[in-house]
Amino acid sequence: MASLVGSRVERKEDGRFLQGKGRYTADINIANQTYAIFVRSPHARAKIKGVDTSKALKSSGVVGVLTGKEIAEDKIGGLIAGWAIRSEDGSEMKVPANPPLAKDVANFVGEPIAVVFAETLDEAKEGAEKVKVDYKILKAVVDPSDAMKSEAIHDGVDKNLCYDWLLGDRKAVDEAFAKADKIIKVDLINNRLVPNAMEPRACVVDYNTASEEITLYTTSQNPHLSRLVMSAFGGVAPENKLRVVAPDVGGGFGSKINVYNEEIVCSWASKKIERPIKWVAERTESFLTDTHGRDHVTHAELAVSNDGKFLGFKNETIANLGAYARVFGTVTPTYLFGPCATGVYTIPAAYSNVKAVYTNTAPVDAYRGAGRPEATYTIERLVEKAAMELGIDKTEIRMKNFPSEFPFKQTLVHTVDSGDYVAGLEKAKQMADYSGFEARRKKSEASGKLRGIGVSSYFEACGIAPSAAVMSLGCGVGLWESAEVRFNPTGQISVFTGAHSHGQSHDTTFAQIAADELGVPMENIDVVHGDTDKGTFGMGTYGSRSLTVGGIAIVNACKKIVAKGKRVAAKMLEVNEDEIEFKDGEFVALKSNKKKTIGEIAFACYLPGQRDEMKSPIPEGDEPGLIESSFFDPANFSFPAGSHICEVEIDPDTGNVKVEKYTAVDDFGRIVNPMIVEGQVHGGIAQGIGQALHENTQYDETGQLMTASYMDYTMPRADNFPEFNLGFTCTHATSNPLGVKGCGEAGAIASPPTVMNAVIDALGGQEISMPATAEKVWKACKTLKKSNAKAA
Amino acid sequence: MKTFNYHVPKAVKEASKLASTSSAFLAGGMTTIPSLKLGLATYKDIIDIKSIKKLSGIKVSGKSVTIGATTKHAEVAASKEVQKAIPALAKLAGNIGDAQVRNRGTIGGSISNNDPSACYPSACMALNATIHTNSRKISASKFFTGMFETALKKGELVEAVEFEVPEKADYQKHPNPASRYAIIGVFVAKNKKEVNVAVTGAKSSVYIDKDLSKKLTSSFSSSSIEGIKLDHSEMNSDMHASSEYRANLVSLYAKKAVEAC
Repeated sequence: MASLVGSRVERKEDGRFLQGKGRYTADINIANQTYAIFVRSPHARAKIKGVDTSKALKSSGVVGVLTGKEIAEDKIGGLIAGWAIRSEDGSEMKVPANPPLAKDVANFVGEPIAVVFAETLDEAKEGAEKVKVDYKILKAVVDPSDAMKSEAIHDGVDKNLCYDWLLGDRKAVDEAFAKADKIIKVDLINNRLVPNAMEPRACVVDYNTASEEITLYTTSQNPHLSRLVMSAFGGVAPENKLRVVAPDVGGGFGSKINVYNEEIVCSWASKKIERPIKWVAERTESFLTDTHGRDHVTHAELAVSNDGKFLGFKNETIANLGAYARVFGTVTPTYLFGPCATGVYTIPAAYSNVKAVYTNTAPVDAYRGAGRPEATYTIERLVEKAAMELGIDKTEIRMKNFPSEFPFKQTLVHTVDSGDYVAGLEKAKQMADYSGFEARRKKSEASGKLRGIGVSSYFEACGIAPSAAVMSLGCGVGLWESAEVRFNPTGQISVFTGAHSHGQSHDTTFAQIAADELGVPMENIDVVHGDTDKGTFGMGTYGSRSLTVGGIAIVNACKKIVAKGKRVAAKMLEVNEDEIEFKDGEFVALKSNKKKTIGEIAFACYLPGQRDEMKSPIPEGDEPGLIESSFFDPANFSFPAGSHICEVEIDPDTGNVKVEKYTAVDDFGRIVNPMIVEGQVHGGIAQGIGQALHENTQYDETGQLMTASYMDYTMPRADNFPEFNLGFTCTHATSNPLGVKGCGEAGAIASPPTVMNAVIDALGGQEISMPATAEKVWKACKTLKKSNAKAA
Repeated sequence: MKTFNYHVPKAVKEASKLASTSSAFLAGGMTTIPSLKLGLATYKDIIDIKSIKKLSGIKVSGKSVTIGATTKHAEVAASKEVQKAIPALAKLAGNIGDAQVRNRGTIGGSISNNDPSACYPSACMALNATIHTNSRKISASKFFTGMFETALKKGELVEAVEFEVPEKADYQKHPNPASRYAIIGVFVAKNKKEVNVAVTGAKSSVYIDKDLSKKLTSSFSSSSIEGIKLDHSEMNSDMHASSEYRANLVSLYAKKAVEAC
């Protein structure tokens, strides 16, 4: 039987998604449900002097109105920061309370203050308009660069500083810099992004008054984790009385990791009003309250020798956490960022210093790549600038500093198990026709256009496991993953996974690997996820971890099934276990060539006996049934890597930037489904080009979000992209038995610096900040024209 | 969305009678419906005019192209007759919004709303259009009176827009990258007597750029407006484009339009 791993199997999900048969949270309705509308702060920072709900309570159809006062009285806990980060001086990070409904002070526009439940959506809206909140407006802190000099927005958080974190050795860096021929410096802004999942957040809650069980249907990337947080920290219900279901989820990109205010409030309230509750975010609410991404202000320096060797690296960053620290908010700018900031290079000395600050803006958390795009942007801008200033070819300077062998002990934290960075860059050069660039540049020049080429070589640390490693760095939970493989008596198989697909194609990929392990057609396999009443447990999907952690748990559970199958087959075929070989779904007794299919074995496991004879196929020490589970905790992070090359053409009259060519060569280890992986890379690159050229989240000085709709927030569209030219190299990961590496975030990690390096190359080295919008580029073109005229 | 009375009159007279200070005519609803949904506008009565047959359709004579108020952008873009008589107009309609918008949005709705960055008003101005309403004829130069404002009175309904067929014309726009409305749009029409350069997106309402029109009237070539510096003091400045950038774009796209004629 041909292996399914490695083949372009069509997606099992496509049938239902393309026919509109997906079942999303908003599609779920429960008899007698009420509709929730949240009253949100219109101010970025305001004291809440009073909330008058009397008129709302009398409004037609209103069933209940609840505020921060009631939720505090019921001692319902708030939202949490999932990672504890220590400052350089050894002090613990400062985290303010984040109540589900703000009671005393509102800290960002959109923060929920009260909630109205009514018989219809319109009545809930009408009721919400009648809730009168008495605000005393306070001066908002908006700009992260000013946050430390501004009035503290949270009690007990001096200078608005959550932590001042250091990774690395300042002294060693100083020494390296003292010996350098040249110091390359950049000042960068990593622009804030709104995740913009296609499906807005939503929740439907059903409280069973008899069993006292709450069922929460929600848009989550990690339903088990949501249950854990809501139970352990929220105190909403004990875990055994709380079922969390995340059905089809239409994109997350990190924004659906968090347990949000609305889920906690509606779950608590459903029990209180003894009615089911439905809440679906409007798009404006998504813009205002989904956790945002990025938002770093960075000064970084690279010490180099004249022949292009990198000697030292320093990175001073201010990271904007927004109003509150959320689940991955504190780790994203530290351990997911700092270690990767030295990139794919051997740099003898390095440090990353990050000051995370609170501002009166939406909370910032993980967003596709989480910290690693910011890291890659920092080092790859420096490297490109070093090449330019030293007059060394941009690919050559990279090759010069790549590690010569693997495992590669990266400067700050990671030991990268495998890779071949030279092969990746060579292949990218060849696919992008790097050597032909000058001719293409001249051709563009002849038609009055500026053409630039940019390169970026990246690695990233994903999987966000092993548990012992992440917990030593401050993570509040272990980030293993679980799986259960249930062989049914009649031969179909249910694979339960704690990973959660919200666009990642787990139904297909996981079925492929299970089918290969068990030797059955993948049509016989159903992948089940997203329901705490079904799978054993799970940490969910983020950090490109589904396959490298969750997928391996499935492989291991399948191996246990096969191992038990061997024992049963040996007994049935009356041979020793070591005489049985399992191949293509059959257990074969090598000497006699007698065989049992895995289906027959499963049947026997469930019906362990026969008429007229006292005889069981189950060996002594084994039990009936054929169900196995596995909790997999890998030996290391996963380290995908690659090189991307981009060519842009700029129209100096308008400043329009056109991405002409985009080549990506990635090493994801063994690839299970090339089509799905290509889709992941396409999406990631598209998001990265979005960040580099289009997307920008702008607050005004009072903390109002200026880009709160698609009229003003530029999402990239298909016509902004060329056809992506993808290639792969392959070195197997040694930290898991499949040799696979994560692929979900790589595109978004590598592409922003690739595109920006190309834009800056076209602009003759002029620095320009992301997004490189037409007007900014137009102004830079004018400056370039002036300086060229002067030079001539 | 607040509740309202929904009317579907079959005749213009009936529609007009239903109109009040708290009513709105609804055609494609590309602005009205989102405004209702976002609570930016509330009406007691919504008067859906899509069932009034005589308001839809395209008539082309030698001298003019007349487009009924509820004719959709997609219909104008696809019309062989419009493509032949005023190709620039078909091109303009074919680049409004996206396919969904073009299959709902109407010319009457667009000009009655007079969004400062809508495309159609520039064509009306450059092509000396006459706006036919249920009570009178209004020349385009008198129709667009300010930001989201027109000469229409209460109960007055646009029935059709009559464009003069020019010798040559072209429309060029620089789309807002987010909304794809015009950051600026320039409609250049070489008519029998004069050249009109109508600009949308740059100021609070569509206007004829007199400098550009005059220069092109005396010599219809891109070189006659090459490098012209426009006064940007009255131009819009927002997070998408400064007034200075808009001024640059207007002269640049005027040139492009002339070259495309």
